[in-house]
Amino acid sequence: MAAVRETVETVRSIDVDAYKYGFITDIESDKAPKGLSEDIVRLISTKKKEPDWLTEWRLDAYRRWLTMREPTWARVDHPPIDYQELYYYSAPKSTEGPRSLAEVDPELLRTYEKLGIPLREQEVLAGVQDARVAVDAIFDSVSVITTFKEELAKAGVIFCPISEAVHNHPELVRKYLGSVVPVTDNFYATLNSAVFSDGSFVYIPPGVRCPMELSTYFRINERNTGQFERTLIIADKGSYVSYLEGCTAPKRDENQLHAAVVELIALEDAEIKYSTVQNWYPGDAEGRGGIYNFVTKRGDCREARAKISWTQVETGSAITWKYPSCILRGDESRGEFYSIAISNGRQQVDSGTKMIHLGHNTTSRIISKGIAAGRSENTYRGQVSAHRRASGARNFTNCDSLLIGDQCGAHTVPYIEARNHSAVFEHEATTSKISEDQLFYCMQRGLSGEEATALIVNGFVRDVLQQLPMEFAVEAQKLIAVSLEGSVG
Amino acid sequence: MLEIKNLHVEVEGKKILDGLSLTVKAGEVAAIMGPNGSGKSTLSYVVAGREDYEVTEGEILLEGENILELDPSERAARGLFLAFQYPVEIPGVGTMTFLKSALNAQRKARGEDELQTPELMKRVRAAAKKLEINQDMLKRALNVGFSGGEKKRMEILQMALLEPKLAIMDETDSGLDIDALRVVAQGVNALRAKDRAFLVITHYQRLLNYIKPDTVHVMAGGRIVKTGGPELALELEKNGYRDYVSEAA
Repeated sequence: MAAVRETVETVRSIDVDAYKYGFITDIESDKAPKGLSEDIVRLISTKKKEPDWLTEWRLDAYRRWLTMREPTWARVDHPPIDYQELYYYSAPKSTEGPRSLAEVDPELLRTYEKLGIPLREQEVLAGVQDARVAVDAIFDSVSVITTFKEELAKAGVIFCPISEAVHNHPELVRKYLGSVVPVTDNFYATLNSAVFSDGSFVYIPPGVRCPMELSTYFRINERNTGQFERTLIIADKGSYVSYLEGCTAPKRDENQLHAAVVELIALEDAEIKYSTVQNWYPGDAEGRGGIYNFVTKRGDCREARAKISWTQVETGSAITWKYPSCILRGDESRGEFYSIAISNGRQQVDSGTKMIHLGHNTTSRIISKGIAAGRSENTYRGQVSAHRRASGARNFTNCDSLLIGDQCGAHTVPYIEARNHSAVFEHEATTSKISEDQLFYCMQRGLSGEEATALIVNGFVRDVLQQLPMEFAVEAQKLIAVSLEGSVG
Repeated sequence: MLEIKNLHVEVEGKKILDGLSLTVKAGEVAAIMGPNGSGKSTLSYVVAGREDYEVTEGEILLEGENILELDPSERAARGLFLAFQYPVEIPGVGTMTFLKSALNAQRKARGEDELQTPELMKRVRAAAKKLEINQDMLKRALNVGFSGGEKKRMEILQMALLEPKLAIMDETDSGLDIDALRVVAQGVNALRAKDRAFLVITHYQRLLNYIKPDTVHVMAGGRIVKTGGPELALELEKNGYRDYVSEAA
């Protein structure tokens, strides 16, 4: 996943800020008129040639959304969003239906190349990596290409854009869509249900261990478009899948809204590992521009011994508001959450997780590392709850905050609710500063201030980095170093 | 090698070093002894470049170059090493990783090639063995959970690896038992060379039985009040710092 060095150098030399994915792709796109109304919802549905049941589903969500108000309980501050000033659909003109790589607009391919995303199967096969990664590349509202589909199909794995799944596997989509994040769940999820653009659909049949990692790369390009992707992953009995999500966006002066919904369903003895490296544009040093990342992600360990783990490295976006969660319904099911959330400049993060213990003997583990630098605010908000009938529930939570400099803030808001007397919930938390002593020690040994900070921070987040798939771990370390640039001295 | 000329240093408005002058030649092992509060640690921090110490007057020349404008990492690349009295712990950062980063950062700053991992590991293992440092310790996070003696030996390991021109040892003997002291002293003596100088800061004469100095300086009231040969250390052991403290006052 290493970005092409030369391109990065060029982009970096042009831009003052360190965000190296800030370039804009010059491409013609097909846009819906600005604003949101029933007509726009119908338009989106028509563009995607959706069946009536889905159009109705969207319209129901839209009508419901009109009655709702934005939640205000998070520790984030932003000017009101004018929902009529956004475009709810934008697609590169050259994309229509499934195609081969040879037919994809070369400009689009170049974009993904710049981002270091392996779309060319030949190159990947011939390449250094042993593990191949199937990629679904999403550019603004549409999927550009999904690689390795034939090979996955041989194993019975379905990996395609959700827009395709609606046509080819309607029974699966109808069965599971909205079953983990109901349409009425929250303001942004409801909005997403009305206008969701595209996203990945994954189905792993019983007993199958997905032969390669699956990933989706989201790239927002058009200005003033909201990005509302919807991802649905189903792991049938005894199956396994590891999924990677990557995101980048160009630098713009306006804020862009990203309100995605991700639903994961793990059936009996199945396991889903979901990893994210989120590098949305964070806004400039004065807090101008940047993505609003208001995302609803939830996993349902629906049956016995199901396991879902969320691993994330969040370094971008102006405002991050997300709580990847697990509903531990099945007996002996397990949920895990590993997170590194970095904020710098004027970023705001209110993020965490929810582990809802419902079944018997369920377990969960939360390791959250928050790093605040610059003038940012970083809040961990976590909920661990055991239902009255959830006997034998166990949780271990370790949330640590690291402060760099004296103008940032780190906050922890844990909610622990045990309604069953046999629940055992452990919670450890620390807040620390990178000490002057540690920095001086490293510098005396020859490391620059920034190298020392990166080293110390890497040590701080080690437990979580170890959870990431290897490709992501290396990139994540580099990303962490870049995100902290300018935070020392 | 090191020339300190009339150094005046303040910390939060309080004067700690008051016209300190000192010269250390290449190949020399110089000891600085003095009572608590004489400014010994301040001297080592100021030479190493720690912030919060305001130099109001004077110069520090390392091989003829005034290093006062250089930051700590730049001074390190020029061959300055400080063995800390209280080495910090860096959780999550493996000792080997730390050693590699430090060494290569210095080599890069000097325009040298980076040392490859196999060669580095060879050197580290050899040095660790001589200092009786367990191979296991090298895999753990730097100094985390190490005893006082282990931390001090780790300082000497780093010194051996980084091959400095000027090594300042800030009360390296504090907290060491006899055996650890012997091992540390052996390590230091093995590094003595004609193009390297040592500044050994200590309050007790005992260390100097193992690391025999060429010169002994007595520090009191923020400056050097007497300089002599190794016998000066023995005299201090016998008579204490009384005479020098009153002289400085």
